[in-house]
Amino acid sequence: MSAAATTLPRTAVERSAGHTVTIYAKEAKYEFLKLLRLPIYSLSTIMFPVMFYVLFGLLLNRGREANGVSVAAYLMATYGTFGVMGASLFGFGAGVAGERGLGWLQVKRASPMPPFAYFVAKTLVCMIFSLIIVVILLTLGVAFGGVHLAAAQAAKLVATLVLGASAFCAMGLAIGYFAGPTSAPAIVNLIYLPLSLASGLWIPLDMLPTFMQRIAPFLPSYHLSRLALGVVGVGGGSAFEHWEALAGFALICLGIARIGFQRDEGKMYG
Amino acid sequence: MISAMDEILNRPVRPRNGAVVARLASVSKSFGEVRALHDVDLEVHAGEVVAVLGPNGAGKTTAVKLLLGLAGANAGTVSVFGGDPRNPRSRLRVGAMLQVGRVPETLRVRELIDLFASYYVKPLAVQETLAAAGLKGIEKRKFGVLSGGQKQRVLFALAICGDPDLLFLDEPTVGLDVEARRILWDEIRHLVARGKTVLLTTHYLQEADALADRMVVINRGAIIAEGTPTEIKARTAGRQIRCVTSLPIATVCSLPGVLEVRSDRGAIVISTALAEPVLRELFRSDPELSEIEVTSGGLEEAFLALTRDNSQETRVKS
Repeated sequence: MSAAATTLPRTAVERSAGHTVTIYAKEAKYEFLKLLRLPIYSLSTIMFPVMFYVLFGLLLNRGREANGVSVAAYLMATYGTFGVMGASLFGFGAGVAGERGLGWLQVKRASPMPPFAYFVAKTLVCMIFSLIIVVILLTLGVAFGGVHLAAAQAAKLVATLVLGASAFCAMGLAIGYFAGPTSAPAIVNLIYLPLSLASGLWIPLDMLPTFMQRIAPFLPSYHLSRLALGVVGVGGGSAFEHWEALAGFALICLGIARIGFQRDEGKMYG
Repeated sequence: MISAMDEILNRPVRPRNGAVVARLASVSKSFGEVRALHDVDLEVHAGEVVAVLGPNGAGKTTAVKLLLGLAGANAGTVSVFGGDPRNPRSRLRVGAMLQVGRVPETLRVRELIDLFASYYVKPLAVQETLAAAGLKGIEKRKFGVLSGGQKQRVLFALAICGDPDLLFLDEPTVGLDVEARRILWDEIRHLVARGKTVLLTTHYLQEADALADRMVVINRGAIIAEGTPTEIKARTAGRQIRCVTSLPIATVCSLPGVLEVRSDRGAIVISTALAEPVLRELFRSDPELSEIEVTSGGLEEAFLALTRDNSQETRVKS
């Protein structure tokens, strides 16, 4: 009987490399459309940083300075950090938790989807939303905040924030593997908002209480904001240590996500 | 005109050579303390429709998840196309419809199908999938605005869009109305006519009877009966006679060949292996006998008899 099984007509034996690339692209395209059409995601992740920046960076603190640069430039870097964090944490954290908890991920895993396509698509899409946010902030700052950035500087700011967002994709993934489908958005907020405040993303760090200034260097958002601030001319020193901290943080998150993944598998495979 | 229709009609018919395409061999699976499957053997042969039938919590979904490689067995082996079900090559030949809590609601029907079809090497054309799943006309709607039955049909479309050789359908018609259920049944028959193999789970006996070449009845994680629908019915063959009579139940009980008698809304219902001798006796004893109905034990009765605990069996006479 089992020998006969091998005589079955063999259709669909293997996918070509080009085909696999097409799948990744489609996966990313539909992940993007899915989130774009979800106002709670697309509007809130884009509108909040933009609204805060317009209010605090462009209207209320017009002409003031912080750490030697205009408030408009300073907050462009920190609200940029705030924005890419939100896009990544919600896109990944709430996305994975919902799809994992309500069975959709299982349908995808039962299908011949290349397993990594799911995660790669999500990462790319979080980066695209990050890009949109940073470009809007940059445009507003230059047009209405009197921020002067050379083209190379502007490109570096965008690249730094979009790349740095990937660390928060890893964090979102870890949350997505431990949070339930309905509690995930709340859990993300509980982590996201205090993290933003304590890293000086809303109010410059030196205006915060001393104990918060001491905690900040342990937070990933602090390191990304330092990198972004470095581009607009705040602080000196090497960017390397901040990238190192972000990479280390991302690896820890991936490790935690892996534990969550194995816990899920254990329930099914144990 | 070399139309898509020609392509469908000229699709090569796969031989029904009976090769085993999916197998559970002495498989046990527990989730913590809960024993979902215990020492189950199940073979699915190419070109057949197997219905796994059982009450809720019997272990049907677990069997499907094992065969899809979404869960691992604690004991025994699971194979699909001769290998691990998680093998990407076998996944390319498998389609699955699972019970899902939520599908991304902002994607359109057509987009979901386009995405899933892209995973496969030789998928059906999107139009063909839409027609087969009865989704024509609503392909541009977002998943979130669909009715329950339409959502169910989209999940079916995702299972068939890759034109897989082997389909696993977990409770495919739950929540469908009669009309939609008929459409889906027709489509499953159409797939089998094209040489596909289908394993479906259901708790609708009528569905198993209408579709399956073979039924596997499962209860509390174990297979308790297996065979063609006719064979399963024969397992508890017999006739029921419903009639109005003035004879006391005890007298009817004592007639030769009577297995069980119960009263039912002014009438009595007699269970027997053969109706004719009992009827002859009844006419002789009670010339007034009226409102006679004779029914064969349906699949429903067979199923109930098979899954019923022995302790609950109520036989007036053995």
